[in-house]
Amino acid sequence: MKRNKSAEISLNQRKGSSLLIKGGHVIDPASTVNAPMDVLLRDGRVAEVAPPNKISGADEKLDARGLIVAPGFIDLHVHLREPGQTYKETIATGTTAAAAGGFTSVCCMPNTSPIIDTPELVEWLQEPERGAVVNMFPIAAATHASKGAVLTDFRGLQRAGAVAVTDDGKPILDEAVMRETLRISAESGLPVIQHAEDTRMTENAAMNEGPTSFRLGLRGMKTAAESSVVERDVQIAQQFPGARLHVAHLSAADSLKAVRRGKRASRAHITCEVTPHHFTLLDSDIVDYDANFKMNPPLRSEADREAILVALADGTVDAIATDHAPHAIHEKVMEFERALFGITGLETALGLAITRLHREQKVPLARIVELFTAGPARVISLNGRGTLARGSYADVTIFDPKKRWKFDVSKSHSKSRNTPFDGWQLTGKVVATIVGGKIVYRGD
Amino acid sequence: MQVPASQYPAKGKIARGSLLGIEQLEAADILGLLKLARRMNPQRPRPLLRGKRVLLLFYEPSTRTRTSFEVAAKSMGAMTTLVLSSGSSIEKGESLLDTGYTLRAVGADVIVVRHPHAGAPHLMAAHLDIPVVNAGDGMHEHPSQALLDAYTILRHKKTLKGLQVAIVGDIYHSRVARSAVHLLSKFGARITLCGPPELLPEAATTLAPALRVTRHAEEALRGADVAMVLRVQKERLAGMQISLQDYISRYQLTMARLKLAKKDALVMHPGPIIRGLELTWEVADCPQSVIVEEVRNGVATRMAILAKALGKAR
Repeated sequence: MKRNKSAEISLNQRKGSSLLIKGGHVIDPASTVNAPMDVLLRDGRVAEVAPPNKISGADEKLDARGLIVAPGFIDLHVHLREPGQTYKETIATGTTAAAAGGFTSVCCMPNTSPIIDTPELVEWLQEPERGAVVNMFPIAAATHASKGAVLTDFRGLQRAGAVAVTDDGKPILDEAVMRETLRISAESGLPVIQHAEDTRMTENAAMNEGPTSFRLGLRGMKTAAESSVVERDVQIAQQFPGARLHVAHLSAADSLKAVRRGKRASRAHITCEVTPHHFTLLDSDIVDYDANFKMNPPLRSEADREAILVALADGTVDAIATDHAPHAIHEKVMEFERALFGITGLETALGLAITRLHREQKVPLARIVELFTAGPARVISLNGRGTLARGSYADVTIFDPKKRWKFDVSKSHSKSRNTPFDGWQLTGKVVATIVGGKIVYRGD
Repeated sequence: MQVPASQYPAKGKIARGSLLGIEQLEAADILGLLKLARRMNPQRPRPLLRGKRVLLLFYEPSTRTRTSFEVAAKSMGAMTTLVLSSGSSIEKGESLLDTGYTLRAVGADVIVVRHPHAGAPHLMAAHLDIPVVNAGDGMHEHPSQALLDAYTILRHKKTLKGLQVAIVGDIYHSRVARSAVHLLSKFGARITLCGPPELLPEAATTLAPALRVTRHAEEALRGADVAMVLRVQKERLAGMQISLQDYISRYQLTMARLKLAKKDALVMHPGPIIRGLELTWEVADCPQSVIVEEVRNGVATRMAILAKALGKAR
């Protein structure tokens, strides 16, 4: 039985105080609500959700007319760079950016310095001194120092508050190690998040392999480097009923095929996430060797993006996760092949989802909200979040699905500037982010 | 927390006069450069670049390209300085951009750069206010080579349009091949690429319209007007399905294979040639070989490139 520790800002509201979100349209896929509703928050919990004008007597009111009121968004994949890499980002700056992006909960990745591979470090992350502005749930390393060889103490990490294990940044490549990882996952219920990449196939590669990489004279990564690992993992998972395998930042059509097969076989829980940049950009969008377009897995082909769009709509994809990966300027403004992999993403996720998925691809708003809320909550069994059911935590994201705005990276709350979306016209903007009943972000 | 605007990477306005590659050039620009090269005479040069400082920045070894740019610059009255990565602060970890800023501060009017990473010249050109000339960036492009090759072909053939060109060798790793394909296809040449799968992936056909790929040297050479032979690095073959002996037996340009081409077909090679590997001694020295002429033409071509870069094209 997991203990949720102090990093969940569950009592932000003054005891007894209440906030009424009035006049908005509630979309709460976990409770199958999609209607004009007022929401009352009290003592850090959702006290009531009722048709308009039925609730009265709140201390504070928030006017949500014309806006969507959703459960607070959950980002399963964020790099907050603490401990040890605070020149790129801190927990404070990263979670501030998260709040600006409408995220009330983030799961932080363990590939820091040192790597989060002990219960002590998991506990350290959750101390209030870290300065998290939203709820932060640590993901711990699956192997010691993420070297891929010796498993960490999953149960100990779980007890300390880790919501999953991963060696993200790297794959768990050894089959025997993956087998053992999934076995313990099945026993403990702790999800394993796999960065699916056969690194023996991707040495010195800087982008997707295809016509663009050939033209640019860059070594490319075949999609098979990702999908072959997904296929293998899905197969291994079938041997451990109840194992939870989550594919991180899925980018390739063939990987989706394997995930679909795994979900159909249904002995294990197979889930996957997709980043906004993978449903938005292509490898051919890389111009002038701008390393703001360089990440791992890389931007792929039109066929891969098409498959991702289909899978987002049809339920094969469980969550949108940003893989927010801040890097300093001196790590990105250099020769493309040498620049570090990764881009930021917390503040552009909703805008890209509304613009690309809802307006262009006609994906219903409810499905998009599900990808940001109920979907991710299910992946890591985050109880009481990703929903506005009575009694759940008062984490709420209020956004204007019609607001047109321009993303200006100079105004980003992240410490880093590595984004390909600077200057992009987007539709869909966060108006307010509420964590534990307290407003932690107000859009302008 | 706001980061001040001055710390953002400049969103690339490329310095005027830069030559980063062939792909982005219009046919008219290419013709202009070739015509200008025709007017350059390294033996009786005009001092078009007197007072100008040409900085040669070479992160990779080079004989031809380096000396040819140097002779070209000096012929026109420019001052040249060579900076090699070894023996410079690059060994202390100084970045490419900082090296560029330093050379600019020292007074460079143009930087000619050869670098092992694709896009290095673009990075410099996006941040400097002096022109950058690409002398070879990783596997990407080698524009001056493509220009001197076009110049050489046109000294012997009336036109590039419809010309059958066979490019044989390690095309995957070759910046010479990429630049040549871009240039020749802009002028309507009929290009056939030839090599084993590991050195010539199918994706190569997407580089330009109507490219043919064959795994058989005989097929590529039959009826060719130009046989462009590329270097193959022994070390690269080491990890592959195809052995050195296999490569030689299937792809080496021999006199017998050359006879399949047209009688007056040109034999070209960007150098350095490895006699006995990608071509035989006889082929390297045969009357159809213009390999040495390519080098000679490289000086006039690079004179034109430098003059154009510094706005002195007359």
